[in-house]
Parts: sequence; C-alpha cells; structure tokens
Amino acid sequence: MRSLWNNVRQIGRYPSAIVGLTVILLVVAFGIYTVVTLPYREAIQLWRGGEEIWGESPKMARPVWYNLFSRDKLPTTIVLDSREGEAIKSREPFGDEGDDITLVYTFDYAYDDFPEELTVFFEATYEEKSPYASLMWRTPDGREIRLGQVTLRPTETYRLALDDRLARRLRDVPPQIALFADPEIEEPTPVKGTYELEIRVTTFEPNVDVEAKWVAYGQVHGLAGTDHRRRDLMVALQWGTPIALAFGLLAALGTTVTTMLVAAVGVWFGGWVDGIIQRITEINMVLPLLPILIMVGTFYSRSIWTMLGAVIALSIFGGGIKTFRAIFIQVREAPYIEAARAYGASNGRIIVRYLIPRIIPVMIPSLVSGVPVYVFLEASLTLLGLGDPVLPTWGKVIEDARAQGALHNGQYYWVLQPAALLMLVGLSFAMVGFSLDRVFNPRLRGL
Amino acid sequence: MMAQDSLLRLRDLKLYFRTTKGTVQAVDGVRFSLGHNEAVVVIGESGCGKSSLAKAVLRLLPRNVETYEGEVFLNGTDVMQLDEEAFRKQVRWVKMSLVPQAAMNALNPVLRVGDQVAEPMMVHYDVGKEEALAQAQRMFEHVGVPLDFMQRYAFELSGGMRQRVAIAMSLVTAPALIILDEPTSALDVLTQANIMNMLKRIKDEMETSFILITHDIATSSELADKVAVMYAGQIVEVSDAFQFFTEPLHPYSQKLMASVPRLRADVEPEFITGQPPSLLGLKPGCRFAPRCPMRHDRCDQDPPVYEVDGREVRCWLYEGAGTRVAAEEVARA
Repeated sequence: MRSLWNNVRQIGRYPSAIVGLTVILLVVAFGIYTVVTLPYREAIQLWRGGEEIWGESPKMARPVWYNLFSRDKLPTTIVLDSREGEAIKSREPFGDEGDDITLVYTFDYAYDDFPEELTVFFEATYEEKSPYASLMWRTPDGREIRLGQVTLRPTETYRLALDDRLARRLRDVPPQIALFADPEIEEPTPVKGTYELEIRVTTFEPNVDVEAKWVAYGQVHGLAGTDHRRRDLMVALQWGTPIALAFGLLAALGTTVTTMLVAAVGVWFGGWVDGIIQRITEINMVLPLLPILIMVGTFYSRSIWTMLGAVIALSIFGGGIKTFRAIFIQVREAPYIEAARAYGASNGRIIVRYLIPRIIPVMIPSLVSGVPVYVFLEASLTLLGLGDPVLPTWGKVIEDARAQGALHNGQYYWVLQPAALLMLVGLSFAMVGFSLDRVFNPRLRGL
Repeated sequence: MMAQDSLLRLRDLKLYFRTTKGTVQAVDGVRFSLGHNEAVVVIGESGCGKSSLAKAVLRLLPRNVETYEGEVFLNGTDVMQLDEEAFRKQVRWVKMSLVPQAAMNALNPVLRVGDQVAEPMMVHYDVGKEEALAQAQRMFEHVGVPLDFMQRYAFELSGGMRQRVAIAMSLVTAPALIILDEPTSALDVLTQANIMNMLKRIKDEMETSFILITHDIATSSELADKVAVMYAGQIVEVSDAFQFFTEPLHPYSQKLMASVPRLRADVEPEFITGQPPSLLGLKPGCRFAPRCPMRHDRCDQDPPVYEVDGREVRCWLYEGAGTRVAAEEVARA
C-alpha cells in the first residue's frame, strides 16, 4: 500500500496531471458550494417552479458577461416595485369616497439596445368597484406618451406589447422600441437618460390600495442567461455539476470494481466458472447499450438512479473483464500465489489479499479515465430524451437549447456553457487518468 | 522400515502431467518413510521430479494433472482420502508446511513481511491479528531476522533475509514436517552455511522433521539423517546418511558422490556422461541404464526395490544381496 501511495505522489511530476487535478478540485468545490448554498429543494423549486418564480426574468436573455465583449451595452432587467418604496406614491381625495393614487417610477437608462419586453404587474385591494389606472410615459428629451388604460382586477398584468390601441398609436412599432427610440434617427437608437413612468389610479370606494411593479425586461440576465421559459440557466449549470460528478464517479467505480471482481473470480476458479463468465461477457459485449437504456427509460423509469443502475448492471460483464483477465492470468502463476495456496489460504483470501492488490495499479487509471465517459453518457441520454424528468442537468440545458433551435437563433451561450463544462470535466479527468497510467505503467514513460 | 511410528509414509506416489507432447511422469512410484524429528535430503539432478514430489506431497497440483495417486500416510492417517477443503484445513501448514523453491518470489509483494508470516496463523487458527503477529515475532527471533524488518516489504529485504522470512513463515504454525524446496540454491556460500546451521538448530529446538530437496550434496550433508536419491521421477536409493556418504549403493549414487569435489583428498571430481532421460514417454527398463557403467542384460526390465542392511535400492545388482520389497511396482511395466 505504501508503494501505491508513493506512486500516486509521483503524479506531481506531470504538469498535465496538476492542471487536471486543480480543475477537478475546482469543479468538486463548485459542486459542494452549490449543494450547500442552493439546497436541492430550492433548486428544484427554481427550476420547475412556474411563472411566479421566473416572472421577473427575461426570456432567452444572454449572460451579463456578454456586455464585456460587445461594443453595444445590452440592458439588464429593471424592476421597480412600489411595495419596496421604489416609486413615489401620492394620494389625493377624488369625488365623494374615492382617491386619486399616483405612482411615479423614475429610472436611468444608459444602454445601447432596447429592453426585451415591458410589463406592469398590478395588485389592487377593493370591495366592489374596480379602480381604474392610466399610464403616462416621459422620455429624457421631454416627450410625453400616453400609454394604455386598465381596469384593475385584484391582480392584473399589463403587457405593453399586447395593447392594441397603444400599438396603433405607436404605428405598430413595438412599444419597447418606440418608447425608448430617438424619433430623429431612422435606425432605432435608444435615448439615454432618465425616464419616468406615471401611473394614475382612480378609485371609487374608500380604503382602496393599489401597488404596482414595473418591469423592463433586459436582454442580459444573471451569470448564465435564461432559457425560453425565463429560467435562470445558472441553476442548471450549478446543479448539473454535482449530478454529473456523482453519476460519473459512481458509474465508473461501480463498473470497474464489479468487473474486476468478476474477472478475479473467473481467473482464480478457472474451468467452467471462467468459461461461463467469458461467454456471458462476449454475449454482453455484442448487446448494444444505448437501445437497452432507451427501452429501460421508455418502459420503466427515467430516474437518474435507475439509469445508473442499468448502466452498471450492463457493464459488469463488459469489455473490461478481458483486460483484467489478461493481467490476472499472469498474476495467478506468480510463486507467491502458490505459496499462499500451500499455507492453506482459502480461495476468497487469495482473491482479496493476493490477486486484487496487484491489479489496483491498472485499475486506478482506468477508473479515473472512465469518469468522463459516464458523464458524457448521462448528457447523451438526456439529449435522447431519457434524462431525469426532475433534475436540472447540463444535458437537459443542451436538450432544451436544441429543441428551441438556439444555435439557429444565435443563442450560442445556451449551448456553449453546458458544453464547456462537460468538456472541462472530461478533459480534467482524462489528463489525470493518462498521467496516472504513465505513473503506474513505467513502460509508457518513454513514449 | 518402521512403518508404525513414521511421521510420513509414501507408497507408490504418482503425479503425471498432461502436456501437448504427451504425458510427463514427473513423480513415478515414489516410496519412502520419514520419522519424527528426522531430516531426509532428496537429491537429484535438475528436472528429475524433486519439486513435483514436494507438490505431490502437499497436493499443490497444477491444472494439467493427468494422474495423481498413491498413498500418503501422515501420522498413520491416509490423507489421500481427504477432500480438497479438508486437506487445506487439516494438513496444509497444520501438519506440514513448505518453503517453496525461489522463496524470494514466494512473498506477497504488497504485504509487510510480518503480516505475511502471520497469515498462516490467521488462516488456520482462530486468532486475532495481535496474537498472530506475536507468534510471527517469535519466529523472526528463531530465524534471526531483526524484528524491525517485520514492517518491511519483501523487496526491501536481501535474498538471505527473504529466505529466512520464508522459513519463519513455514515454522509459524509449528507443523511436524517442513518441506524445503531448494532453500539455499540462490544464495551465496556464506549465507547457505548460515541457513543450514539455522535449520539444524531449529530441528533440535522445535523437533520438526524436514524434507530437504536440493541438488547440493555437500551443503545438505550437514543436516541429513537420511538421503533419498531421485532419478527420472523415481527414488533409486534411500539410505542412512552416514552410510550413504561413506558407501553409496546405487551406481547413480556412486557417480553422484564421485562428482563432489573433495577438499582434503587429492581426487579429481568425475562427471556422469550422457543426459538424464526426458520424463516424456519413458521406456521400460532401468532408467539409469543408458549412462550406467555396470549395465547388464537385466537392466532392460524394470528393477525392483531391494532392501540391503535397512537401506533401499532400486537396482538389479542387489538381487542376491537384499530382499525384494514392493513387488507391485515391478508389475507395472
């Protein structure tokens, strides 16, 4: 065991191994950070919650760091909520019983492009008579534009783009452009400066209150952007990490260890035991893995743990048996194995204490190199529509992007971010695996 | 011989291997007996079946065995009747142990040698690791290996030390019989002498019996109570050591003794012409006949074993001098 440890320490001599190990450690740290700061329940809530949770996020927004690389600064989302005191609220009596409530939202706009969407969310408390709101828009260059009028239900959403009368007034230019564009310039260009939105609500009974939230959806959002359902991709990128690592490590460990044990048993007992194991292996090697997994996913369950179990079960009698067997057959003939037989060690003891320790140097590199194979397999399964229906994973993000035609629409961030993470994990494990192989198989060093 | 109080008694023991070229008669009708606290030296040329004899006694059979039969009596019980599992539990290392050939490679490279020596104790007796290691420590003292070596791995030890560790391992369960398969063949002369002295001391202190398999007549002479000469799978002479070294009976034994260099007498060492026969497809008749200086017509038939003054010899020359034993072996042919 000590010599094994010495071998592992030699890995420091390979720069690629150090880089790979550093990346693996960073990825693992990122995974732990995710699990600690964004607990599973919360993540699932964020990923599968529904409109209330994603409502304030823009659709298919690019990540914020996109602005670092582009000359035109894209707007982020602006949210102003009267409940948070982000609007100036004033109240004057109106008529016998009602009030006139005025909400004024002021904000600076210094971006080079237009918002994605403009929406006002109202919340009104009243007994019988609905309050009535009218909206007014003031641009930095002093123009005033009348927006629509809304009769407020207890909750009311006013989407500017869906207001037909406004559209007519703006000559069918979408409001998110018309309200910000400089009318002097033909090519739509936003006017920079301070904008003002005034909402005047007229109420017809006493004790009526109205709150409103103004959202100017931006074109960039969060560190990872959003998808077609306004979900923050960061959730999936973050939670994809522990899932990918767990799947990869468990599958690699499960298949390698079971395969090695089966090979050891076959070689040690030989005869018909070995014969049966070899025949099962050969049959299993011709069986295609993917169609079987598709059948499992279609007819049984798409849970990631079912898939993991199926992958391991199908790999026990995998090609690895042939490799391990070749080495075990050599070790079996070693004099110290015969010595162990002479002193009456049982079969189990010889396998565990004499055969298996000799194969560990071969097993460790193949185990490490095997991790990315299974990480990719999980992503491929998801891409085939066999992903876990609940969990946010990298494969799921790519799948969504594919389904929405992200690459045709120029939304490269949507595909490239999860793909980059997949490649990073694959590359780092491969770098460490190859270095370990060179440490444990000194003959490779000259190559 | 005194069959009643013998520790080990072999009768017509056969071990044939199956190869692509035919059957190899590695051990072919071996008979000899060994008493308590007695050392027998089995000598013979390379390839005469000495190591196969050790394997046959301990039933360490390779996969290509064709025939394995005969009688092996240990303390009066016929161990050939035991099944594999019972043999493993009741005989191996409990009643007899083995120091394998090339003991240097017989140690597990991934175990500390202390643990390695303690292994048989843990396998055969229901003892904890502490107790097994304590017993191993006593054995290290017996064979003269410093106790701090127990923490080392086999590759960190010199050849002589490894050999001592292998001997310590064979002693750890205090079996009555230890088979040593060429324990000194890869060592320098000084270490050989040390190990031989150590074995002698162990024999006296622990009252064990030894089967010492070797081709080194000179070194083994110090330890031997009895000598068995093996030639082409058969024992051709079993004799008291003193009588053997002064007056060997079988022509092969005589030639062997003549080939040993003498320190004080001015005698040129002789050599034996020809090659030992291949153990593949042996013809009937005396197997030494083609190289024998005293060959005559009878040698075309298988020679029987004759008893001469309490010594056994398989040669037609003693037809008149001794009584014939083991007639069943003649019937083979």
